[in-house]
Amino acid sequence: MQADAVFFWIFSVVLIGSALSVVLAKNPVHSVLFLILAFVNASGLFIMMGAEFLGMLLIVVYVGAVAVLFLFVVMLLDVDFTEFRQGFVQYLPVGGLIALCVALELGYAAIGWTASPNPAAAAAPAGMISNTHALGRVLYTQYFYFFQAAGLILLTAMIGAIVLTLRHKVGVKRQNIAEQVARTPATAVELRKVASRAGL
Amino acid sequence: MDIGLTHYLILAAILFTIGIAGIILNHKNIIVILMSVELILLSVNINLVAFSTHSGDLTGQVFALFILTVAAAEAAIGLAILVAFYRNRGSIAVEDINALKG
Repeated sequence: MQADAVFFWIFSVVLIGSALSVVLAKNPVHSVLFLILAFVNASGLFIMMGAEFLGMLLIVVYVGAVAVLFLFVVMLLDVDFTEFRQGFVQYLPVGGLIALCVALELGYAAIGWTASPNPAAAAAPAGMISNTHALGRVLYTQYFYFFQAAGLILLTAMIGAIVLTLRHKVGVKRQNIAEQVARTPATAVELRKVASRAGL
Repeated sequence: MDIGLTHYLILAAILFTIGIAGIILNHKNIIVILMSVELILLSVNINLVAFSTHSGDLTGQVFALFILTVAAAEAAIGLAILVAFYRNRGSIAVEDINALKG
């Protein structure tokens, strides 16, 4: 058995096991941790397939940002997650049936497909340059507008998340920079004539 | 045994199925539903990358990159909505999300 086959089976078995644990775990914190394990294994599979850049991106974006965001929200919300488990057994037959149907359809498609006799014009093969280099060449030329649109989507998500969660509390003293900058000696300093031995 | 494209396709199919089953089984817990959606997107990414490297065409990897972007944006917005909802209603049970009477 070659090394790549061994690693494929290790990564895929752990990936499927941790994906099952995400779905079946009782505690959502465990679900998030298994989700991280699944992403790490998927990243290993990506690297095995030769897509190193996407593998590293999966670690950085999913494990570093998305999974931590999930963990943060799960721990932030004071919710009793055990009551959400009710109805799990009741829906097990329905869920299993639908999953079986989807699995059969997808398995049929995955095994029974054939390549098109006249494929679309493929991009130039990577050749001697690295995967990241080749991806950059395509991304910044042919797919430049899509790249910009992806940036806009991220900007929208950032602004949306801030607008949704930002809350202005009443009664909190805040710095008003415009008012601060607009202060002049005329408004800031007051001269009083103080009578001798009287004070103010 | 050689590891070919079919192995990766079957793996992605299994992962997609687990994601679908997770949405149905955990239909009360919206956080696990969001995690199942992430699993489904991951399986789609595996499919795209497998076909991309199999046919020597980088387009699949570029689109996997865009799916990654959209998935990150979706997770951020979804969790922000969840936090805002929890603040207003004190609960994140899916049955309580019925203001639209759908």
